[in-house]
Amino acid sequence: MRARAIFVAQLTFTLLVAAFLIVPALQSMLAGVTANYFRGIRSGVTLQWVLQVWQLYADTILRSFVIAFATLGVTLVVGVPAAYGLHLRGDRLSRAVEEIITLPLAIPGLAIALALLLTYGGLGSFRRSWLFILVGHVVFTLPFMVRSVMAIFAATDVKTLDETAASLGASPLRRFRDVIVPYARPGILAGSLMVVTLLLGEFNLTWMLHTPLTKTLPVGLADSYASMRLEIASAYTLVFFVMIIPLLVAMQIFAGCRNEPAGPRR
Amino acid sequence: MSGHGVALRVVACGKTFADGTRALAPVTLDVGRGETAVLLGPSGCGKTTLLRIIAGLETPDPGGRVLFGDSDVTGVPIERRNVGMVFQSYALFPNMNVADNIGYGLKVRGVGEAERKARVAALVALTGIEGLERRRIDQLSGGQRQRVALARAVAVQPSVLLLDEPLTALDAALRERLRGELNRLLRTLGITTIYVTHDQAEAMALGDRIVVMREGAIAQIGTPRAVYFAPENRFVAEFVGAANLIEAACNGATLALPGGTLPVADGALHGPATAMIRPEAIKIVPAENASLIGLVDSVSFLGDRQRVLISAAATKVITADVPNAIALAAGDRVGLSVEPAAIRLLPGDTT
Repeated sequence: MRARAIFVAQLTFTLLVAAFLIVPALQSMLAGVTANYFRGIRSGVTLQWVLQVWQLYADTILRSFVIAFATLGVTLVVGVPAAYGLHLRGDRLSRAVEEIITLPLAIPGLAIALALLLTYGGLGSFRRSWLFILVGHVVFTLPFMVRSVMAIFAATDVKTLDETAASLGASPLRRFRDVIVPYARPGILAGSLMVVTLLLGEFNLTWMLHTPLTKTLPVGLADSYASMRLEIASAYTLVFFVMIIPLLVAMQIFAGCRNEPAGPRR
Repeated sequence: MSGHGVALRVVACGKTFADGTRALAPVTLDVGRGETAVLLGPSGCGKTTLLRIIAGLETPDPGGRVLFGDSDVTGVPIERRNVGMVFQSYALFPNMNVADNIGYGLKVRGVGEAERKARVAALVALTGIEGLERRRIDQLSGGQRQRVALARAVAVQPSVLLLDEPLTALDAALRERLRGELNRLLRTLGITTIYVTHDQAEAMALGDRIVVMREGAIAQIGTPRAVYFAPENRFVAEFVGAANLIEAACNGATLALPGGTLPVADGALHGPATAMIRPEAIKIVPAENASLIGLVDSVSFLGDRQRVLISAAATKVITADVPNAIALAAGDRVGLSVEPAAIRLLPGDTT
């Protein structure tokens, strides 16, 4: 009786996931290769919409990746040392700093974007460059990097590892490179994956901050839904999936194999 | 690979933490070149703080100085002090294999690969971990980790070797075996060593001198024998080994006890005193012509000896360790005898 109830619950869950996650995604991608959506798939299968999306938005797609990886770079360079510094200090001040950098998660992206515009909107060339979007993205994703790296530090006694490396003569920079970063790698990889995933889909902030020349993937998608045929918007989704999924899988595989420590297994 | 140590001098080093807690009262300590000094005390006695000051991981309060040989290293950070350190947790680098862990300090110092390999191989042989060079850290047992941590610390030929409870994480049998190995290794290397422990057996086995610490201050410094046979106060007497501390009146020649008298060697003292007698110094003799008489409360057979609790002889129960062949049972009336030289009269002040 109990086993049966569990089976029913599992089945229900699977069906719900299928109904609301997988089927709509497939439906959307299918629409992108349908000649005429209102007549359905019988109207024929075509790649013309995909081609059109590529012609219209290739630079947007490219820019999206550039911004995402540039942001990842900044969060790594700033976030990993910051996480270590906060962990080592571990006092009231560092907890306050941690809270402050986490704050952007609780504030609507639109509000952050508005604040950035009010403060720095007057700096014309900065406002018009993609660096403006980069700043917004860093503000939004830094806490994810800091938190996932700090979680690794909190789990064990990384301070003693650092002190040991110091006793062996390693300078602070050297032991950060040789001991702390390798140790924090699982957290760094998890944080990186999270940052890239969030950024490629980020719409809120970017929608407010972008100019016609600094659109990203999701903003381009909104643009195509608003101004073009449904097939083109759907084809856009298809392109999005085709680019994102291999990227995420590649990052996962990369994370998996770099996690294997050196030396033969026994 | 021996004799790289320097004499160590700690001068008036105290430590008060930012929150006002005083971890260490200003202490002064001299450790000779190649000597092993053991800092012994219960947790919170300041021994680890003193070790960390010597290492350069803590700064002493103003006025304190640390000298390695002739050079004042008080303001020198740990990475430039040329120390070797082993922590209780060993802190082996999980991203490196055994050989890379041992060779890390040499790599940092820019020692060439060929020489590094040779020195790592020598240390692997010295610490008896041949065949494990390519192993990952998580594939090692506790005892193997301890050896790797020690090899890594001595690989850099440190001026001073600092060991913070290096055997505490191991089980009792292994601890005893490694204690012997460690003793041999320290003698072979001849490095000036500071060894922190709360285990008095470890301290006596390994130390040339023992620094007994209590509540952030030094209670006594001396050789293991001096600390054991001639403790300067109650704390040292009770912390190092087992001790009977008996309150009694002394008339200069004998102690007056409820069960009789005991002759003492120290003839100067008159009045109330605390006498320290080690359990193994007490002999059981026939009751007929003994000067001190007691009643056997209980007998615990321990194999190599038996531990007897005796009441009625003194103001409190006396513990005696006697040879395993003597037949004793609870309720027996026994005579007790102690060599006058084995009775140490302590100043009654410190508790």
